[in-house]
Order: sequence, then structure tokens, then C-alpha cells
Amino acid sequence: MKPAKFEYHAPRSIEEAVALLDKYGEDARVLAGGQSLTPLLNFRILQPRALISINHCPELAYLEQCENELVCGALIRQAEAERSAMVRQHCPLLAAALPWVGGISNRNRGTVCGSLAHADPLAELTAVAVALDADFVIANKEGQRQVKAEAFFVSDLTTCVEPGEMLKEVRFPRSQNGERAAFVEVGNRWHGFAVVGVAAQFKFSDDGLCETARLAAIGVGSTPIRLSGAEEILVGTNAEGEVLREAGHMASQSVDPPGGFHADAAYRAQVLGTLVERAVEKALGKHPEHRRN
Amino acid sequence: MDSTEVMDVELTVNGKRYKRRVEPRLLLADYLRHEIGLKGTHIGCAHGVCGACTVQINGESARSCLHFAVDVQGCEIRTVEDMATPEALHPIQQAFHECHALQCGFCTPGILMTAEEFLRTNPDPSEEEIRTALSNNLCRCTGYVNIVKAISVAATRLQQHKN
Repeated sequence: MKPAKFEYHAPRSIEEAVALLDKYGEDARVLAGGQSLTPLLNFRILQPRALISINHCPELAYLEQCENELVCGALIRQAEAERSAMVRQHCPLLAAALPWVGGISNRNRGTVCGSLAHADPLAELTAVAVALDADFVIANKEGQRQVKAEAFFVSDLTTCVEPGEMLKEVRFPRSQNGERAAFVEVGNRWHGFAVVGVAAQFKFSDDGLCETARLAAIGVGSTPIRLSGAEEILVGTNAEGEVLREAGHMASQSVDPPGGFHADAAYRAQVLGTLVERAVEKALGKHPEHRRN
Repeated sequence: MDSTEVMDVELTVNGKRYKRRVEPRLLLADYLRHEIGLKGTHIGCAHGVCGACTVQINGESARSCLHFAVDVQGCEIRTVEDMATPEALHPIQQAFHECHALQCGFCTPGILMTAEEFLRTNPDPSEEEIRTALSNNLCRCTGYVNIVKAISVAATRLQQHKN
């Protein structure tokens, strides 16, 4: 299999990369890990005139903690983030979601930012970004601009990144002490594509009451969806029993999922409720992933 | 480098340097097979799903069908040909041989490359961990039972070698 011809560019800095993107406009694509882009090129679904590889810009391979954020540069590979003690400590939800992304040979090469910029509606990391209200820093020749996760994702495979621009970094809010996170999903095959997935992060008080809840889902819309209704039900409760079922029910009611080959709309809505319950239980260490329905 | 035309692409594969004039759209898998004749790397799906073309880039498993040769210049590429010596199979290969962990053998090179990285990072894995590690390498013959067994046998032997 062979992609259509393209011009290959290997800029050595983000300035060079952005200048090339500006020059080619919508005829260019950014190549990082290539785990999503290369299949589209191999199938000739995409036939860009130019590929701008950022794999030779080591300055984009940074993972840093700031006062309130964990900052992930465009060239941080998923496996690197997964192994990072800093990610586990300061962004446990990202750490929980990463093992669900493809297989290890995909994660060794695929980047955190690349998965987000590709915006596959079933990409686990998109739900993490929306649940945490992450900030996306987009570079262009004027400099850079910053948008929130919910504004970044426009539709399936579509983001607010314009021709001439690229995603430079994602800034995840640092988790506070005592916050608990979980990622759960159902799919047809272990490590295959998700059918529906839920990213969840909670803060519980010492006496077991839910103080904050952040929930977002993939597989129930063309972009990741924040489950605000379910969050409101959980806050101020012990997030158990009837309350938990009510939150799941609210999540199911609040979405209007697409159908599809692997699952119809009704199943997606229903399983979303179950996954919200499982996410809470898993975050609280109740190991529901071993439970069979 | 800004051309659609052929260009010199220099790769380090199994410790040896190669230079070929190829188009930038040439996939690493095709460079290995057709340009330098290392046909141990197999191409199944050519879109990153089956795992047959798995090689190692800087010691980490990667799909050679999802990389352009031009873009991995400067990396250390390792293929299945690097595992055995003229005298002996690699302990993982030997375990595959003894446990009957291959039938048609098409998926085997990719699984060996995946397993070698896996056992380096997790020298004493559980069966569940082995199955998770294999979950992105498709085998349509064996049903995986003997592959899991072979990797488990190889893990034990590699541990003994170390001690």
C-alpha cells in the first residue's frame, strides 16, 4: 500500500513548522506519531500536498508541571506520559485513560496531542480533556491562542485548529490532593475501539461526601460530551446506591447518541448509565471492572 | 528536505547503516522488505491494526507500516532478523519453537518483536499481562494459547539466564 505523493518537510523548530503550515494552508498536515494520520494516507482518504513532520523538533517534547497545570508538549508520546510519575501524581485521570489507547506499539509512537488533534470521536484522551476542562494552546504565525477543550472539539475528526495552525501543547489542570480518577469503557475487543467510554474525576470530603465531580463520555456524540446533569446529582452525596443509579440514569437521558455498526443508539445511551456507575465505583476503589453484568 | 522526488534515506537497521534513494512516501515496512531485503518483517493490513509488521524503533515496538522511512532517519531500527545468532535462536524464538506457538507463521515476526520489548519491561508477567501485551497482534491460526505459553516459558528462562 502506498500513499499518494507528498512533499516531506522536517522542520527543526516550532517556528519553522508554523511557517511551513502557513505557506501550505489547508494543503498541509502535521505528522507526529502517525498512528491515526498514516492509515488515512495509506488508504488515500487524505492526500495532502505536504507533510510537516514535527518528529525532529525536540523542543516540543516537554512534560512539565506548573503551579496549577500539567503541560504536555506536542511531541510527548503516549507511552512516555503513561510511564511518567508526574502524570500519575498530578493528572491521575490522564494516567488512567492512557492504557486504553491502542496497544503499546501504538502508544510508543502516538502522541498525546496527536490523538487530541485528530479528534476521533472514540479517542479516550478527548474525554479526559473535556472532563478536566483542559486548555489547548494552538500555535500560528502570529503567536499562539488558547481555547478550552469543549471549544476545541467541533465535530468528528474536526477541531477549531485552522489551516496554518498546529496544536502546540495541552494544559491539564493539576489534580488536588485526594482527588480520585477512573476511566472505563466497553468495546467489542480488548484494546480495540471503544463503543462508549467514561472519564471521571471526583473529590470526596473526609466524611465521604462528593465535593466535586467531573464526568465526560465518548461514543455518545460526534465530540466528547460533558455529563453535567450526572455531576450535579452526585455532588453533595455519598455517590452510592440509589443516587448512583439516578446519576447513571440522568447521563443516559441527557445524550442523543448516533447509531452505528457496533452498537445502536439505544444501547449506547443505556450502557453510558452503567459506565457512569462503574466509573464512580472504580474511582472509589471498588473494582467493578471485574464485575460481570 | 522538501521534495516529492526521490531522496537519500539513510537508516540504521540492526546496527548496520543503509542508504537508498527512495520517495518520501515509502513506508518503513517497504524500505525494510524491498530496499534492503529484510523480509522477516511482514505486512498484513498496512494500517496499523494487525501487528504483523511490528519492529522496534529505539528499542520500543512500533508498526513499520505507519512510519515513513524518511521520517525515522536517525533512529535505531531493529527487526526480527536481529534476534537469533547463527548458532542459536533467541530464547523467545526457541520457546515458540518448542511450544508450537506458530502455525502459518505470518504474525510471528511481529509477535516476537512485541514480546521481546514486553519481557524487557516486564520480566515476570502474569498470564493476563501477556494476553494484554498481545492484544494488538492478530493471529488467526493458533488461538493464542501456545503463544501465551511460549512467552511464559521464555520469561522463566530469561530470568534464569540473568541469575
